[in-house]
Amino acid sequence: MQYPISMQQAQGFAINLTGRPIVRSLFAIVFAFVVFAIFIVIIGRDPVEIYTKMFSGTLGSKVGLSEVGVRMIPFVLTALAASIPARVGLINVGGEGQLYIGAWAATGVALYIDFGTIWLMLPAMAVGGFLGGAIWGGIAIFLRHWRNVNEVISTLLSNYVAILFVNVFVFGAWKNPTGFGYPYTSNFGVEAILPAIASTRLHLGLVLPVIGIIATYLFLSRTRWGANMRAVGGNPDAARRRGIPVLRYIIFAMLVGGGLAGLAGMSEVSGIQHHLRPGISNNLGYMGFLASWMANHNPIAIVGTSFLVAAIVVGGDVLQFSGNLPSAAMLILIGLVLFSVLGFRRLESKAQ
Amino acid sequence: MTDVWLVLGGTLTGAVGPGISVLYATYGELITERAGRINLGTEGSMLMGACFGFIATVETGSATVGVLAGMVAGSGLSLVLAYLVIFRDTNQLATGFALTLFGAGITAYAGRGYVDSTIGGLNPVAIPLLSEIPELGQALFQQDILAYIAYLLGPLLFIGLHYTRTGLSLKAVGESIDVAFAAGRNPRLIQIAAIAAGGALAGLGGAQLSLGLTHTWSEGMTVGRGFVAVGLVIFAMWSPLRAMVGAFLFGGAIGLQLQLQTVGAPVSPFILDMLPYLIILLVMALWSRASARAMPEGLKGVLKATT
Repeated sequence: MQYPISMQQAQGFAINLTGRPIVRSLFAIVFAFVVFAIFIVIIGRDPVEIYTKMFSGTLGSKVGLSEVGVRMIPFVLTALAASIPARVGLINVGGEGQLYIGAWAATGVALYIDFGTIWLMLPAMAVGGFLGGAIWGGIAIFLRHWRNVNEVISTLLSNYVAILFVNVFVFGAWKNPTGFGYPYTSNFGVEAILPAIASTRLHLGLVLPVIGIIATYLFLSRTRWGANMRAVGGNPDAARRRGIPVLRYIIFAMLVGGGLAGLAGMSEVSGIQHHLRPGISNNLGYMGFLASWMANHNPIAIVGTSFLVAAIVVGGDVLQFSGNLPSAAMLILIGLVLFSVLGFRRLESKAQ
Repeated sequence: MTDVWLVLGGTLTGAVGPGISVLYATYGELITERAGRINLGTEGSMLMGACFGFIATVETGSATVGVLAGMVAGSGLSLVLAYLVIFRDTNQLATGFALTLFGAGITAYAGRGYVDSTIGGLNPVAIPLLSEIPELGQALFQQDILAYIAYLLGPLLFIGLHYTRTGLSLKAVGESIDVAFAAGRNPRLIQIAAIAAGGALAGLGGAQLSLGLTHTWSEGMTVGRGFVAVGLVIFAMWSPLRAMVGAFLFGGAIGLQLQLQTVGAPVSPFILDMLPYLIILLVMALWSRASARAMPEGLKGVLKATT
C-alpha cells in the first residue's frame, strides 16, 4: 500500500535518537558498507586496504577530520534546504541550483559593493546568498501553486539552468581580465573572505550550519509555527480547516530552504574558493538532499548523516589521490547507504 | 531574413536527432507511471544505457549488442527501484533520485577507460522516396534505425495501452491497486514489469544518445534528459502520441540552440544551452492544469502540484 509522502513524514517525525531507529540506521549503514566491500572485491581490489585508507585519511588524522568538517558545512545547509520544505510536504531537489545562485549573488556583492570592512561585507554577502537561493527556490513555488507544475520537476530542471546561469557570468562579464583566460572571477578582497579557524582549512562559515541546525530544531519542535508546519505536511486540507494559512507556510518553508542552500553557496565561494568559477558545487546540493532523507528530515540526525556523507566524500578524495579508486565510486557508496537506510526503515515500522 | 529561414530549417532538421533519446526515455517513464509508479532514476537508467551500450559496442564492434546491453543495464538499475518501492515501501522520489546518483557513480567508474574510444555506432539510413520529400524528408527519414523504431513505437504503445489486455491491466493497476487486485490482476508483478520495461526503454534512449547521436561516451552526458522525460510524461498527459510531440519539442529546442550557435547569435552560448530546459518548464507551466486531470489515480499522492 502506498501512502502520500506527507503521511510517511508525519509518521517518521518523532525525534528519537535513543530508541531503535538509530540502531536500525547504524545497522543499515554497516550493511551498505558490506555491500560496497563486495563491489570492491568484484572489481578486484582489496576492501580492507580501501576502508583502512578511507578511515586514516578522514577520521584518523587531524587534517582529515578538519577536511570532513569543511565538507560538512555545505552538506548540513543543503540537507536543511531539503528537510525544511519536506516538513510541509514539498520535495526540494533544487539545493544544487539554489547553492549556485547563492554563490553567484554573494560573489556579486563581493565584487561590486565596497563595504571596506569585513563586519559589513560578510553579512551582506550572506544576505545576498540567502536571498539568491530563496528567490531561485521561490520560482518552484510560483510554478507549483499558480501553474500546477510539480516542484520535483521544476527544481530538478532549474538546477541545470542555474549552473549555466553562473557560466554566463564567469565566462562573460565577470571573468577576471588578468586570469590568463580561465573562467574565474577576480579573487575576493580579504574583507570578503571567511577567516580560517586555527590555521586549518576550516573557516568561520562553520557558524552557519551550527546556527541553522539549532534554529531549525528549536523552530520546528518548540514553536507553534513549527507545529503548524508539521500539520500542513501531514494533511493540508485538515490544516486549512483548522485555519492554518497553508500557502503561507509552504512559501515560507521553500524560501528558507532555498535560502539555506544559497548560504552554502556563499560559504563555498567566501570560505573555500575565494572567487566564483564553473562547477563550484560538484553535487553538494544533491548530497545534502540524500543526507536529509537518510536523516528522515530530522535536523539533529542531519548532523550525523552529513558527517557520514562528508566522511565518505573526503575518503573518496583520498582514494582518488592515492590511485585506489576514482572519487566517482563514492556516489555508489552514498547511494547504497541511502537505499539501505530507507529499506531498513520499513522493517522497523512493520515490527511495531 | 535568409538567416531566419536557415535557422528555422536547421532547427527542423536538427529536432529529430536529439529528440529520439528523450522520446524513448519518455515512453519508458510513461509505462512506469501508467502502472502508478514514478521513477526519477530514469536519468540514471539513461546514463547506464549510454555507458554500457557504448562499452559493449567498443568491445564487440556490434551496435546491436550495444543497444541490447544498454537496455539490460537501464532495466537492471530500475529493478533496484522496483524492489525498494514495492517491497520496502520507500519513498519513490527519494529512491529514484538516489538511483540516478548511483547510476552516475557506476557509469563514471565503468566508463572512465572509454572516454577516448571511437565507434562506428549507429548511422543514418535514408528511407527511399520518403527521404526525398523536401525539408521534412531529410529531417524525419534520414535517421538511424532507432529513430524509425521510435516513430512506430508511439502508435504501438497507444494501441497497446488502450486496446490490449496487458495495457488495460497496466492502467487498472495505475488507477487502483486494490481494485486491480480484486479483479484478479497481480499488481506487484505488473508494476515490476512496468518499471523494468521503463528502465529498458530509458537505457535504449541512452544507448541511442551515445551510439547514434554523439558517437562518444562522456561522464554525465545525459545532462538531465531523464528528468526532462519525467516532465514530458506529465506534459504528454500520459499519452504516447503526445509524448512524441513533447520529445520533438525538446529536440527542437536543442536544434534551435545549435543553429543559433552556428550562425553566431550575439548571445552567450550558455544562455542558448538553457533553452531546452526553459522550454520544457514553459510548456509544463502552460499545459499542466489539463495534465493534472489526466493523471493516473495512483500517482496523485506522490506527484501533487496543488496546495
